Amino acid sequence: MPEKIVIIGAGQAAAQAIATLRAEGFDGSLTLVGDEPFAPYQRPPLSKTYLAGTFERDRLFLKPDAFYTEAKCTTIFGVAAQSIDRSTKKVTLVDGRTLSYDKLLLATGSRVRLIRVPGADLPGIHYLRSIADVDGLRPTFKTSKHLAVIGGGYIGLEVAAVARKYGLAVTVFEALDRVMARAVSKPISDFYEKVHRDAGVVFHLNTGVEGFEGKGKLEAIRAGGKSWPSDVALVGIGIMPNCELAKASGLTFGDGIHVNEFCQTSDPDIFAAGDCTRHHGRDGAHIRLECVQNAIDQAKHAALAMAGKPSTYREVPWFWSDQYDLKLQIAGLIREGDQTVARGDPASRKFAVFHLRNGAVAAVEAVNAAPEYLVGRKLIGEGAHVAPERLADTAIPMKNIA
Amino acid sequence: MPKIKYIEHTGKEHEVEVPNGWSVMEGAVKNLIPGIDADCGGACACATCHVYVDPAWLEKMPPKADMEETMLDFAQDLESNSRLSCQIKVSPELDGLVVKMPKSQH
Ligand SMILES: Cc1cc2nc3c(=O)[nH]c(=O)nc-3n(C[C@H](O)[C@H](O)[C@H](O)COP(=O)(O)OP(=O)(O)OC[C@H]3O[C@@H](n4cnc5c(N)ncnc54)[C@H](O)[C@@H]3O)c2cc1C
Ligand code: FES
Repeated sequence: MPEKIVIIGAGQAAAQAIATLRAEGFDGSLTLVGDEPFAPYQRPPLSKTYLAGTFERDRLFLKPDAFYTEAKCTTIFGVAAQSIDRSTKKVTLVDGRTLSYDKLLLATGSRVRLIRVPGADLPGIHYLRSIADVDGLRPTFKTSKHLAVIGGGYIGLEVAAVARKYGLAVTVFEALDRVMARAVSKPISDFYEKVHRDAGVVFHLNTGVEGFEGKGKLEAIRAGGKSWPSDVALVGIGIMPNCELAKASGLTFGDGIHVNEFCQTSDPDIFAAGDCTRHHGRDGAHIRLECVQNAIDQAKHAALAMAGKPSTYREVPWFWSDQYDLKLQIAGLIREGDQTVARGDPASRKFAVFHLRNGAVAAVEAVNAAPEYLVGRKLIGEGAHVAPERLADTAIPMKNIA
Repeated sequence: MPKIKYIEHTGKEHEVEVPNGWSVMEGAVKNLIPGIDADCGGACACATCHVYVDPAWLEKMPPKADMEETMLDFAQDLESNSRLSCQIKVSPELDGLVVKMPKSQH
């Protein structure tokens, strides 16, 4: 067993890794370094209940402070790790401190992609990744009239739903021809677009933003050759994995730190978990996931491997998004060319889309449809084959579908 | 603050105070009481916060929403007193509530 483990990045993956390391009997020294001034917290509520003001900050934290004390984990918050020296196995922090390790876990997460158009630094333009971001955005909802959401991904749409509740006018600008195009299939995109339109959200699809206009603060969005008035904007155009440390120390990377099935990087003493990684998924494809499930499960596997009990990461990815009264739950990964099977009627606001690949259930997208989601997730894990006619037949309960 | 008693599968008991408005799941997690995973953090999306409500308290329980009902339906070792603890909001009426954790959340 290693004697010293250092974890860089204090987020969802880090909190899980600490719990698993101690549960698996690692009894050496454990140090957690995070650049945010907070203990690890959950991000999903940031664009949902925390933004809406119905969930207080205290409740965001994944673990109470006593967890770190009991786990004998030294925590260093508000200080970034600057470099890794793999030959001497030392991490240097920006304040000059050095930490030596036997095993190192990179759990550095991801950061928002910045929009690079004229006026992008005007006051009134916001991003959403951290507590600090929401604390900057929420007060403007009380003083602003017209929110522009740049990027119709799930974060942008969750913010749109909250903003409508605050009574703001909301306009979404999306460069692609449908919303959440990277995450969901067309029937789901179409359904959510309609739900938002019915709630009063205005969409400009196939419309890239060309710039931001205003004297000293945001006044309008330049898009499609026209100006659209707006006094606050939320940019949600994707994220980029934080791989700088890995890159500078010569680890294999490329849109994510490359890890094997044990969440081990190209250096056998360095592991990585969560949003910052790229791995071979269950079907062999080289993928980067951005979700709580992946952060938790990769952290578990990295911790197991560091504790000398390696186990292969093969969990089915799952994800959810809350917009208005709708819960979208997705399991598995959607691919171009999948056979899709609809179950239930979107008009009832309760339906699902199954994705079959070579006859096997590969993914499910469920709207307010927990049975479809839960059974679907199990079938995906088993690689089960189910006839499309059966999946489509709502007279057959999900329990008896396979 | 309402007091809630959590009983681990092994029988070990923990009695803690949980703020009104928090969920029963949060009361366990924030007090380091083992037996509830709560992977989704209370979004009713993971079903890893399953508990059994002491039968004496069933009458006082807030009703289940549709989502909880259907998520629970697929929980392991489901009983008639099963609930997803992230969906039970703590209130003064629940002062003294007793819940028991299942053998496993997966
Ligand atoms: C608004 C929002 C809503 C979301 N909603 C959902 C949802 O509904 N469902 C879902 O499954 N997922 C959701 N996600 C995604 C999910 O939160 C992430 O996938 C998850 O947080 C990834 O965990 P992580 O530990 O890899 O990274 P993070 O939680 O991002 O933690 C990484 C930490 O490392 C720090 N760090 C980076 N570099 C350094 C360094 N050099 N030194 C020290 N510290 C460093 C970062 O600042 C950060 O604090 C959402 C994300 C956001 C932002
Ligand atoms: S915490 Fe995930 S369903 Fe309760």
